Parts: sequence; structure tokens; C-alpha cells
Amino acid sequence: MANSLFPLTAYTIYSTMQSSKQIHAWLLLLPAMCLLVAFTHYPVVKTIARSFYGFGTRWESKPTLENYRYLLEDDVLMQVLYNSFLYAAITVPVSIVLAIAMALWVNGKLAGKGLLRTAYFTPTVLPMISVANIWLFFYSPEIGLLNKLLGLVGHGGINWLGDPSVALYSLMAMTIWKEAGFFMIFYLAALQTIDRNLYDAAAIENASSWTVFRRITFPLLMPTTLFVLVNALLNAFKLVDHLFILTKGGPNNASNLLLYYIFENAFSFFDTAYASALTVLLLVVLVVLALLQFGVIEKRVHYR
Amino acid sequence: MSRTLHILSVFCAWALGFVWLFPLIYAIWAAIHPPEYATHFSLFAPLTMENFKAAWNEAPFMRYMLNTVIITTIILAGQLVLCTLAAYALARMEFIGRGLIFALVLMQLMVVPEILIVENYQTLAGLNLVDTHWGVALPYLASAFGIFLLRQTFKTVPQDLENAAKIEGCSVLAIIWKVYVPLAKPTYLAFSLVSVSYHWNNFLWPLVITNTEKSRPLTVGMSIFGAPESGVDWSIISAGTLISVGPLLVLFILFQRQFVQSFMQAGIK
Repeated sequence: MANSLFPLTAYTIYSTMQSSKQIHAWLLLLPAMCLLVAFTHYPVVKTIARSFYGFGTRWESKPTLENYRYLLEDDVLMQVLYNSFLYAAITVPVSIVLAIAMALWVNGKLAGKGLLRTAYFTPTVLPMISVANIWLFFYSPEIGLLNKLLGLVGHGGINWLGDPSVALYSLMAMTIWKEAGFFMIFYLAALQTIDRNLYDAAAIENASSWTVFRRITFPLLMPTTLFVLVNALLNAFKLVDHLFILTKGGPNNASNLLLYYIFENAFSFFDTAYASALTVLLLVVLVVLALLQFGVIEKRVHYR
Repeated sequence: MSRTLHILSVFCAWALGFVWLFPLIYAIWAAIHPPEYATHFSLFAPLTMENFKAAWNEAPFMRYMLNTVIITTIILAGQLVLCTLAAYALARMEFIGRGLIFALVLMQLMVVPEILIVENYQTLAGLNLVDTHWGVALPYLASAFGIFLLRQTFKTVPQDLENAAKIEGCSVLAIIWKVYVPLAKPTYLAFSLVSVSYHWNNFLWPLVITNTEKSRPLTVGMSIFGAPESGVDWSIISAGTLISVGPLLVLFILFQRQFVQSFMQAGIK
């Protein structure tokens, strides 16, 4: 009897230990998961629901495609999407190229590279809103610094923020200034992991610095470039702080971006339902980016 | 040829560095000189502190600064505790549904709270937390980035250390506190610096959820202060800007190495 009882008891102890471990794990996760679900997953589901069941700020009993129908007919949205993609298509590659150049300079043998690194990185730690105020002054039509400089060479000046064909590019310039130094950091980290022997070998072969960059440095930076690319694209869609100071999306939506347009619809026009449909659109863009990241990058970068 | 190229490259490096620092240099210039020098440069322009005084009186900076400090403190403290607990469970415990939970956590890396302002506003209005510090902080308390970063670090801690602590009779919380937290100090520093600079600078969500001086952080305060219709001149705006970025800038200059290394470390993982 004792014989048959013993394994049972051992098993019971073992299984209680296992289930207490389960409970411990869930208790540890509970606070973080509650908040994550409450402010990420629940609002995603609610946004999708509202885009079908909402009308203005009301909540209808029957689902409707009205919000999506309006989405397809909305000329402003077409403008906003065009702006958003152009904005990403220009700011992302330019920031990346500058970031690589900065990282190479700072990683090299330049005198005073510590100061240079600080200079490049400083915009990253400054709030977008505060520095946008300074840029607003650079861009202002009569007394602005840029037009004063143009005045020196006899140019009449450009309406940097008021001209619909220029405003978006003025925003891009500031974005590149804000972001390039941030991306430099990732390249700097990657450069320091490259095996010095490769460069020694290249030196023996008498390779030019362009060949070294093209054949050694750039290929080895590829995983970083992909990582930065996805993050830069993400930022291009979620960073709209400077619009609030510089252009407010104007003139006539010429510099409006998707997230700002969502904000306008929800909090200026009080069309929560349409804002939800627009958010769904933004979520789709993000899902595509996520798939890109997990499909392409995860294969190359392996975590410990 | 190669020599010219080198000189050109060095020149470009410094020119770019100058352009990158220029807005800050300009703001300092405009802030410490009388308004008439805001638009023209003169080496002998008289120095003044008037702009700082005017800016300080123009907006309740003290209150804004206090709000920002309270909000970033709540967020950082919450994140450190919640992320540590969750990261340990994900790094070292076997439980049903771990993969699913981890995937749900990672989702927040893409779908950041800023994008969900519409629904999150409704949720916080329902909780009566509009225009409170907690209202600004709550959506950020559980950070997927923090959980991920700490999980990666915890995974590198030798299992033997944990086993030794278990034999000594330590509870799960004691193991986390005595074994894992001390060994992950560099990660905590890295995450803290990234988190503080992110939330010190955050704007869109605080703009949506705050209405009054009671909870409004510096960034939202600055956006009202700097609005052209408020009729404040450039020198005063520059002074205000410097006041608002001052603490973070001082922190950055003091801990420059750690800042850069933290962002680097946070980026690699």
C-alpha cells in the first residue's frame, strides 16, 4: 500500500509545484498584461468596431460601410496619403544616408569626434515641439533667417511654410535634422562590431576607401540598415508633433500627414467614427511594416 | 587626390555638425541678447537676462516642469516594476501560452499608444482620468520595449545563480530582486534614459488628454506659448525653449556617454 501511495504523492507534489509555477508566472505577468490589453489590444478592437458601427460620435445598432465609403471619396485623404508616402519616401533614405556618413565620421580618426558626435546626437534629445519653435523662426517669411540669407544673394525669399508646393519639404528638412543623429547611433554600434582584420586585409590589398566601404562596411551594415529602415518608416507615420507648430497641416492640407489628419477628425471635427476608419488604415500600414520586419529582418538578426 | 578628398570629408563632417547644432546655438544667442539682435548678428551685442524673466512670467513654467517631472516619474517607476516582473516570467518560467503572450507584448512595439489616441481618450474619459497626471501616464506604464529589453538581458543570467538562490529558500520575488535586478543594471540605466527622454519630449497624447495647467506638461505648454497668435517675440520664445529643454539638456551633457551607449545598447537588442 505504501508502495502504491508513494508515487501518487510524489506526482501530486510535482503537479502542485507545476501549477503553482503557472500561477506565479501569470501573477507576474498580470499587471503588465492588463495595461497592455487595456491600452493596445482593446482599443485596436474597439477602433475596428467603431469604424463599422460608428456615425460621427454616435454608436449605431447596425454595421455600416458609410465610413469606408467616405474614405474612398475623401479628396483630402488622397492628398494626405500622397503627402505621407512622399514624406516617408524622402525623409527615410536621406536620414539613413546621412546617418551612415555621420557614423563613419564619428567612428573614424577625426580630431574632436566626441564633440561632433554630440552635435549630431543633440537634436534627438530635444523635444520636437520646442525645437519646432526655433525652426518656425528660421522659416518665417519676412524676418526669418533663411530668407535673410537668401536676401544676401539677392533672392526675394521663399514662403517656406505658406507656399503649398514648399511646405511639406520644409517639414521634411526638420524631420531629417531631428532623426539622422538618432539613426547614427545604431550604425555606430554596428560599426564597432565589424572585425578589424577585414580592414587590415583590405589595406594589404591596397583597396581604396570607396571599395572598402562598398565591399566590407556597407554589406556588414545591412542588418542595421533594415532595422533602421523599418523604424524610420514607422516614425515617418507616427511623428507629427512639428505639424502642430509649423504648418497645422496647411496651407490647404498641402503638408497634412495621416496621423495629424486622424487627430483633426477626432478632436477638431469630432467625427470619431471617421477617425476610427482612418486609424484602421494606419493600422494596416503598420501591419505591413511589421510583416516586413518579421519576414525580412528577423531572419538576419538573431537574438541571444 | 586622396588628400583633397580627406580634407573635403573632414570639412563636410564639421559643416554638418555645425548645421545640426545651429538651431540650439541660435536659440541661445537670441535668448541672451535684446530682441533687436534676434535677427542680426553682432559680436558686441549687450547681454541680458530679460528674455528669461519675460518668458518665465509669460507662462507657468514651474507648474509645467513639475507636471513633466511627475508624469515621467510615474511612467518610469511603473515601467521598471511592471516590465521587470513580466520580463522575468517570459525569460525564465515555463507556462502555458507563453508564446502567445510574448507575441501580444511585441505587438505594442508597432502599435504604439500615440496611434490609438481616439479610443484611449474614450477609455480614460470613462475612468474620469482626463486632465490628470495618471491619465497621461497610464497608456505607457506597460512598455513592450522595456519587457523585451529586460527579457533579453535576463536570459543571459546564468541559471545556476537562480538555483543557488532557490536552495537558500528565496521566493520568486526575492530571486528577481537579489539575482536578476543587480545583474541587469546597465540595461535598467539604458532603458531609463531612453524612457525619460521619450516621455519628457512626448507631445501628442499629453495634448489630447490634458486641458489645464493642472496636468499639462512642458511640451504642451510650449505649443501654446509659442503659438504666433500669442504675440510673444522670438527672443522670449527662445528663452522659453531653453527653459523647457534645459533640464534634459543638462542631463544629456552630464551623462553624454551613458546616453549614447544606452541608445546604442537599446537599439542592438
